[in-house]
Amino acid sequence: MLVEKKKRRDQEIPMASLADIAFLLLIFFLVTTTIDVDRGIGLTLPAKGEQTEVRSKNIANLLINAQGEAAIDGDPVPLNEINRVIREKITQNENLIVSVKTDRLTKYETYVEVLDELKVANATRISIAEPER
Amino acid sequence: MKFEGKQKVEPGIPLASLPDIVFLLLIFFMVSSVFKEFSGLPVTLPNARKIEKLQGKRDVAYMWVNKGGQISVDDRIVPVSSVSGMMLAKARDPQHPLKLVSMKIDQNTEMGVVNDVQEQLRESDAPGALNVNYSAKPVF
Repeated sequence: MLVEKKKRRDQEIPMASLADIAFLLLIFFLVTTTIDVDRGIGLTLPAKGEQTEVRSKNIANLLINAQGEAAIDGDPVPLNEINRVIREKITQNENLIVSVKTDRLTKYETYVEVLDELKVANATRISIAEPER
Repeated sequence: MKFEGKQKVEPGIPLASLPDIVFLLLIFFMVSSVFKEFSGLPVTLPNARKIEKLQGKRDVAYMWVNKGGQISVDDRIVPVSSVSGMMLAKARDPQHPLKLVSMKIDQNTEMGVVNDVQEQLRESDAPGALNVNYSAKPVF
């Protein structure tokens, strides 16, 4: 009698689908990855009790009211014009310090917009004044 | 005279190394993907044009303020009066002293709250707490 030997199967993992699996994982990670970079407007606050006398001609007072309207040295200025006005003032006086003062009810959005305008105008000396209570 | 014809090179991209390339990309994305540590408060950030990137994520304190005036530091809601103490504690951390405070403030927040927080930062008397970064979305 002929006893048939059991045929040995090739014991291997199928490699053909490897690339597909890897692609699937790759796509999963591509979709879920959020490369979130923190970006924003940088500013340095003055230290506590730090008070320096500044000659009033070196200061531009920028006021923002609760309605989101701005005024530079008393003249109302539309928000998108701040950049131009401040730039002009800086070319006249290099030591100009822009003092930003807001109302307690001013929206933060307006404040950031004004700071942005100042940054666009290359104003490096920005001072944040406390709002009146 | 016999001219030898040009040998035809079979056109085709070698596919044998494809899985390797894909795995390389896969490993890159696995390593570079970060899972968020803090979720903070839900805020809508304001827009800005002239923005700068934050350097060094380790020495940064994250602070959220939503439009209701709630303040969150490191995923905990804290009263405004305790901000200065927390910042001072962070500044004294010997391994990662505080260098910058990243403020994620909702665009509809009132400036009164923002000013109170800034007063607290000044109050803390820590040099790192004076460097603030108002988080904003870029507009082009």
